[in-house]
Amino acid sequence: MKIAVIIKQTPDTETVVKINDAGNDIVGTGVKYVMSPYCEFAVEEALRTKEKLGGEVVVVSLGPDRVLETIRTALAMGCDRAIHLKDPAYEGGDGQATAKALAAALKTVSPDIVFAGKQAIDGDQSQVAVRVAELAGLAQATIVTALEIAADGKTAKATRRSEGGGEVVELKLPALISCEKGLNEPRYASLPGIMKAKKKEVKELKPAELGLEGQVGAAGAKAKRVKLLPLAERKAGRRIEAETPEAAAAELVRLLREEAKVL
Amino acid sequence: MDFFDNFLDDTHRALRDTCRRFAEKEIAPHAEEWEEACSFPRALYRKAAEAGVLGIGFPEELGGGGGGALHAVMACEGMMYGRSTGVVVGLGSLGIGLPAIIQSENPDLHERFARPVLAGEKIASLAITEPGTGSDVAGLTTRAVRDGDHYVVNGSKLFITSGVRADVLTTLVRTGEDVHGGLTFLVIEKDMPGVRVSRALKKTGWWASDTAELSFEDVRVPIANRCGEEGSGFVTLMRNFQTERLGLAAYGSATAEIAFEEARRYVKERRAFGKPISAFQVTRHKLADMATRVLAAKTLTYQIAHRMDQGDYIPTEVSMAKNVAAETAVSVTYDAVQLFGGMGYMRETWVERLSRDARLIPIGGGTQEIMKEIIAKSMGL
Ligand SMILES: Cc1cc2nc3c(=O)[nH]c(=O)nc-3n(C[C@H](O)[C@H](O)[C@H](O)COP(=O)(O)OP(=O)(O)OC[C@H]3O[C@@H](n4cnc5c(N)ncnc54)[C@H](O)[C@@H]3O)c2cc1C
Repeated sequence: MKIAVIIKQTPDTETVVKINDAGNDIVGTGVKYVMSPYCEFAVEEALRTKEKLGGEVVVVSLGPDRVLETIRTALAMGCDRAIHLKDPAYEGGDGQATAKALAAALKTVSPDIVFAGKQAIDGDQSQVAVRVAELAGLAQATIVTALEIAADGKTAKATRRSEGGGEVVELKLPALISCEKGLNEPRYASLPGIMKAKKKEVKELKPAELGLEGQVGAAGAKAKRVKLLPLAERKAGRRIEAETPEAAAAELVRLLREEAKVL
Repeated sequence: MDFFDNFLDDTHRALRDTCRRFAEKEIAPHAEEWEEACSFPRALYRKAAEAGVLGIGFPEELGGGGGGALHAVMACEGMMYGRSTGVVVGLGSLGIGLPAIIQSENPDLHERFARPVLAGEKIASLAITEPGTGSDVAGLTTRAVRDGDHYVVNGSKLFITSGVRADVLTTLVRTGEDVHGGLTFLVIEKDMPGVRVSRALKKTGWWASDTAELSFEDVRVPIANRCGEEGSGFVTLMRNFQTERLGLAAYGSATAEIAFEEARRYVKERRAFGKPISAFQVTRHKLADMATRVLAAKTLTYQIAHRMDQGDYIPTEVSMAKNVAAETAVSVTYDAVQLFGGMGYMRETWVERLSRDARLIPIGGGTQEIMKEIIAKSMGL
């Protein structure tokens, strides 16, 4: 089984991010970067698939130097080798430009199955995995919470989460699975795994090597982020004073309805 | 670039990250509950073993996490983010319980004890201290008398970390009259007839870790459970004190660092007299002092670990590092509590817990005074 997993490095959810002077990106310095949590489910599922059906897991990621640390984490968890799309030309892309680069890199692997996070927790666009599947001509199931791959590696049955319910779909491989929380419990990178990861291959591929010069990054983007909006400042809480619990509850309901307008 | 680049490589940082993530996910959400209950679920040992964070510094061949002294320091730093030193030292009691077993180079002891402990299936403790003797280790009186292919053990042990639940008690006993040469390590199993937990002790800090008084009454221990030659116990203990003291130095500097981080955050949020308390010069200077002491303790701890990884035997410097970290832990947590004001005295704050936990560092694993004895002895006065 040829297994691939595409991962993204994102700021840690705990990090307080600042918006740059131009107002269109975050300030990178002082930010702690981690593997986007949904990508962890993808890596775990890729490793479990290998453990069950054999084969090799190739991890693919796009981004600057710092991304190597996240690639090493995936290798330390047990992935076999990596492709790092690293070049200034890859920067500043939209979902389409990034997907184009990733799809081309996946072509060099010709995977039977590709795993991805259902979304990255920074941009929250949920575009890349879907576009990669489309560009690479793969069947796809998104927001997957359970997966069964047939022993012959030809088909898979995926359970998808949808608002308030779910559905089960059958796919022909090769296919892409975008992973949702609940699919599995990601493992930790152990010290022996961390040691081994240092010696695993991380191959860098430039746009020219993928035949994509001038088509990736900002040059290949069809949409451009022009502005980031800061989180609204949290307002101070309000205390409800009332004689009885009943009166307090009634006042709370009134405020939720009339002021917060959430009821 | 990081200040500690000369000591730490990617494997150290990645391991600290793994341990911190494990602790934040598996320990921190339960820290309050487990601290108040003075215990934590036994299943956590296995979970930690599976995640590869239980036996850092122990050989992979026996199911350990691998790595050296500096890796063990990193693991300690990461695990402290579980917000319960008690859980960390409870999980960590194998760090002092296993070395004598591993160093015996006896495959039978390795298979029966080291492997299940490193897999998180059994719990190990080190039992040295007795009601009548602590600092003066060689004064211990728990006696083991040969009877055929067994030893018959009588005596008691006090303040034994994880002792209430431990299955494997690596116990220092007296097998001969020679003050130092008459001491031997035996592995006493909890289910052997005559082994009793006489008390679970209530403590100032380290609440989630149990601490026991144990008694041995005519316990028949097979000779096969002896670590190394008869009479080799004291030398083994002295050697293993180095890792134990480095471990305590690591707890000390990590405790201080977290207390400092907590205080730095709090002084920016808390306001008095119309401004954040970080605006007062005394506060700023206090934090400057705290940061300075933390850096000094950490640097010394890292340097000692680094040298131990090179194979150096440096008991004088190890003792110095333990004392610096102990003083730092106590003083920085004291200052942090002070900066928190009344909140610092409340059980719901982390600094309150840390300040109680820190008090053990100058006492356990050899007291501050005993460290000074070791340091002074090396001066040829
Ligand atoms: C929470 C906790 C966990 C522990 N866990 C373990 C464990 O897992 N296994 C284990 O075996 N032990 C354990 N201990 C015991 C610990 O190692 C001892 O408490 C410590 O070594 C001190 O011994 P003591 O308590 O008998 O103090 P004592 O030796 O009675 O010392 C009392 C005081 O006298 C001072 N003193 C003693 N001798 C001298 C001297 N020569 N010069 C100057 N001053 C001196 C000491 O520094 C101290 O201030 C634990 C203790 C605690 C509190």
